[in-house]
Amino acid sequence: MHAILDILQTDARTPPSQIAERLGMPEAEVREMIARWEDEGVIRRYKAIVDPERLGLERVVAYIDVSVSPERGTGFDDVAARIARFSEVRSVVLVSGGHDLRVVVEGESIRAVSAFVSERLAPLDRVTGTTTHFELKRYKDDGELLLEADTDRRLAVTP
Amino acid sequence: MRPLNRAVAAIPPSGIRRFFDLAAGRPDVISLGIGEPDFVTPWRVREAAIYAVEHGHTTYTANSGIGELRELIAKHCRARDGVSYNPETEVIVTSGVSEALDLALRAVVEPGDEVIVFEPCYVSYGPCVTIAGGAPVAVATRGEDGFTISPGAAASAITPRTKAMLICSPGNPTGAVQPAHVLSRLMEIAIERDLYVISDEIYSRLVYGCEHTCVAGLPGARERTILLNGLSKSMAMTGWRVGYACAPEPIASLMLKIHQYTALCAPHVSQMAAIEALRNGDDETDRMVAAYDVRRRYLSSALTDAGLPCPLPDGAFYVFPSIEPTGLRSDEFAERLLNEVGVAVVPGSVFGPSGEGHVRCSYAAPFPVLEQAVSRIRHFTRQLARGG
Repeated sequence: MHAILDILQTDARTPPSQIAERLGMPEAEVREMIARWEDEGVIRRYKAIVDPERLGLERVVAYIDVSVSPERGTGFDDVAARIARFSEVRSVVLVSGGHDLRVVVEGESIRAVSAFVSERLAPLDRVTGTTTHFELKRYKDDGELLLEADTDRRLAVTP
Repeated sequence: MRPLNRAVAAIPPSGIRRFFDLAAGRPDVISLGIGEPDFVTPWRVREAAIYAVEHGHTTYTANSGIGELRELIAKHCRARDGVSYNPETEVIVTSGVSEALDLALRAVVEPGDEVIVFEPCYVSYGPCVTIAGGAPVAVATRGEDGFTISPGAAASAITPRTKAMLICSPGNPTGAVQPAHVLSRLMEIAIERDLYVISDEIYSRLVYGCEHTCVAGLPGARERTILLNGLSKSMAMTGWRVGYACAPEPIASLMLKIHQYTALCAPHVSQMAAIEALRNGDDETDRMVAAYDVRRRYLSSALTDAGLPCPLPDGAFYVFPSIEPTGLRSDEFAERLLNEVGVAVVPGSVFGPSGEGHVRCSYAAPFPVLEQAVSRIRHFTRQLARGG
């Protein structure tokens, strides 16, 4: 991965001038590369990683294993795309193992998520079964540890 | 009362200690004075140690260390350094390189023997030679040469009493990586004059854009070289106290004798952690090295911009900028920098007289810390230039 992307993935708000100074590059070049990645869709978006628990927010997240009977010609893609377009759905991936799609759904309440699964997801053509796992506690999200970070315990000056 | 050991009493206190005391009293201090990684030991290594504690790996081990660990060390030396050691008789696991250095010196040095050390160097070298009963003979390296050792100067420092040379590449405090041809020349001199060579290679994994040369792997080196290394820097394991010494059997057996009567063995849990680190830790080291490399380039150019000329060193995690434009002595500079803008660095003079005119800045600190330190240093040098 490019060093600029490394920096942005750690802190997307690092200004191009600072990135340029850290990497010893002209600032214009940094801006140009970022703009190109944005155009090409390499950088999809900049967003905050929020820990809803600390906000006292009740969010319900469910991990749903979906079994699908694939279609001739398109396999799983059509069904996956139909599921992915629902705004309640955070991610859809095709996985190996006992089920086919792993779908992450987020909602305001258990009832809302359950309703989504029973009224939208399960009745879809070619969906042959669903198993829903509700999230109980989150420890790490998208590489971000949500636990207490390690503190720097080093002495101020050492040989 | 009768006098205590006069040789030990005569060793001057470490200059670094004074800066530790000065910095320790200040809560707002930003430190570039720390000689250890800012990374915490990789979780997989910590996890292996927790497992080891749970499963009762809490006893003494074999004096020379757990067999599996010694085999991994030997394998590592063969693969990375191109030098073969018998894990049964030629590898000793120690409580860090500090202990390994002590064992090496005590195995080699007899009263009155001289040991050549290349300054500026790690603060323990001279005192450890003295404690072992020898006399350290400093050979200076110079900033204008990139702190490269002059083999000629080394050769002229040799006397009939010279017993060994102590080399550290990459080096603390300069970050200098000695070129392979210089190390080869030093080894030829050691062979001609029949000297032992003690090579502290603790920073061997922290090299940027160049290859590490293992001194023990040079032609003719193996029989007279004691190779010291460990996991403190490469795996961010300073507090675990686990290092190792590799040497041909006649030397290793003497070192082991001292080790078994003084240390008995390195900490068992730390050895278990070291096994995991050597087996599966390479990627973790690569990640840390990549991060150090970016910081190194940044800090070197930012300090140069701030008026402290700072060549880019090839190893370790230190830069060693010149403070000569300020007209201050290195201890004055470091003390004023701490008192006036709250940044801790280590004066070059604590690493030997040839370190004067420089300060050691560690980039084992996250970017936001480095950036804040640089902005404070810039402020400080500007004020100085204005005659403050």
